[in-house]
Amino acid sequence: MHNSETRKVTIKAFRFNAETDYLPYTKQYEMEVGKDDLVLDLMNRIKWEHDGSFSYRRSCRHGICGACGIKVNGKPVLACKQNAIELLDMFNNDITLEPQSKKRAIKDMIIDKGDFWQKHAEVQPYVVADIDPHPAHETKQSVAQFNAMLDSDLCIQCGSCHYACPALEANPDFLGPAALTAAYRFTIDTRDNAGEERLKLTAQPGVGVWDCVKCFECAQACPKEINPIEKITKLHNMQFEQGIAERNVATKHAEGFLRGMKKTGYLDEADIVLYSEGILGMHKHLKTAMKMMKSGKIHWHSGVPFINSIPEIKNLDEVQKLIEISQTNKL
Amino acid sequence: MSQFKYALFTGCTAKQSTPELLSSTLAVAEKLGIEITILEEASCCGASHLQDFDEFLAHVLNARNICYAEKHGLTMITICNTCQLNSQMTKHALDSNPDLKARVNEKLAEVGLEYKGTSEIKHFLYALIDDYGLDAIKDKVVTPLSRFNIAPFYGCHNIRPSELHEHSNGGENPYVPTSLDRLIEALEGHPVDYSSKNKCCGFHVELQANHTSEVLTGNALIDAIDNNADMMVTPCPLCHLKMDTYQDSVGKVMGRDIEIPVLHMPQMVALALGASEEEIGLKFHVQKAKDIYKQATA
Repeated sequence: MHNSETRKVTIKAFRFNAETDYLPYTKQYEMEVGKDDLVLDLMNRIKWEHDGSFSYRRSCRHGICGACGIKVNGKPVLACKQNAIELLDMFNNDITLEPQSKKRAIKDMIIDKGDFWQKHAEVQPYVVADIDPHPAHETKQSVAQFNAMLDSDLCIQCGSCHYACPALEANPDFLGPAALTAAYRFTIDTRDNAGEERLKLTAQPGVGVWDCVKCFECAQACPKEINPIEKITKLHNMQFEQGIAERNVATKHAEGFLRGMKKTGYLDEADIVLYSEGILGMHKHLKTAMKMMKSGKIHWHSGVPFINSIPEIKNLDEVQKLIEISQTNKL
Repeated sequence: MSQFKYALFTGCTAKQSTPELLSSTLAVAEKLGIEITILEEASCCGASHLQDFDEFLAHVLNARNICYAEKHGLTMITICNTCQLNSQMTKHALDSNPDLKARVNEKLAEVGLEYKGTSEIKHFLYALIDDYGLDAIKDKVVTPLSRFNIAPFYGCHNIRPSELHEHSNGGENPYVPTSLDRLIEALEGHPVDYSSKNKCCGFHVELQANHTSEVLTGNALIDAIDNNADMMVTPCPLCHLKMDTYQDSVGKVMGRDIEIPVLHMPQMVALALGASEEEIGLKFHVQKAKDIYKQATA
């Protein structure tokens, strides 16, 4: 292990000035890295000892302001929190400092975070309430109420999860994990009155929680261990609990799992597509279904495709009973 | 009696659209002398969708599945990343929250079951690597995969969130995963290094956000093809379904032809261990893959 000593390494950095450069380029910097050095120390060293024009955001140095989020070899890090030796070990001493989103780079590590703030603003990330300017007593929160919002309240808006989210890259309208975490934070707050509005926004196809691809990149990326996708799941559930969920392909897809499970214990792969899309929506899937049938991916144990095509689990009655007595939500 | 004994949670796809996953898994187990008890009582894990509708119900149903592994006193192995994630999430939730565990057990008692938390849950990939061992597998290779460049596709739900999986996946680093690469090497294939190996295939939004789904699949397939892969291999049947079945439509979205076989991890191992063509089941693929058997055994 090298952890106890200083290590001489070459650090690479993404360099780009949107005002003067046509294309980004990579520059290398030789330096000694000590066991307690953070990625922020590496960036400071580049700026102070190698090239004063190297640019990055930094402020608190305590993992609170969220300014210094960057990526190293594709891994989102908060520069003032991430130990450098740990990263060098992880990537075999070959690391490249990159901005969170290369296509949004303005200068070196600095990106235009406008899309992040716009989405953040869309969810009304504050308590919406009529405030009595001279209240007779404080608006108390119980421990349980406080705990429900606690970890989502620790978000520092660093953008680590937002720029790690592949759904956002493919669909720029998606709110993304940070804004959705904020939506959860204020919707669960008992002092807030805009919950319904927020839940409606987060239920919108193409915008809200149903476009989450469930990759868990956000949970992995968050330097504050907030687990945004867990909050997204809570929002999903709240949409049903509060009757906001409308019947559409996404909500029927989630609820429709129970149809097959009640019948055989298994998901019914064909039925879930038919049920979620509706008869009219099936045309999109006919070509795929034909191909799957041709290669034997769709069974017909009974001699007819789709009819009794799925085996039944043992003790199916237990699953039926458990669904009957444990189901809490309805569509 | 084998020192390697597991309770197998098949999941839904192995019983429906990917029969080749089940037959190749059982073939690998047989070749390696691993004893498998199929949990025929186990239901669907909810596939990360039922959870969105009713999280508590999903916990109850997943806990029921685990109960059956506990009854056998065995580690539960999964052959689907999403089954692994959802079962592990329920186990973690119940083991760390006594109140939730009590509420779930109250329901399970109605059908005569009790979740105790005594069975570990592990994907078959990690049972092979961390329990059986790569050297022991290497010794059993009869058909080296030396003529193939194989692109490992890890699938999200085996590697993220690492905090949840680290005890069951050998501490795999989600940013630098190595297990599949090492398995390919042990079978004498050539692992393809490409940046999409640990990315999302988009399967879960196939219906409601089709464009996103197709783009993510396309990125991964094209990355593998452009890095000279002859085939891809994945431990997740959902990644397999998305990447094998939709290459035509994904090609249209991406604006180029896409053709690459996508194997299940156990199919690749079964091939190297000399399992039969029938057991490996390459005929069940939508994207033509049958030639791989002929090429490997030629």
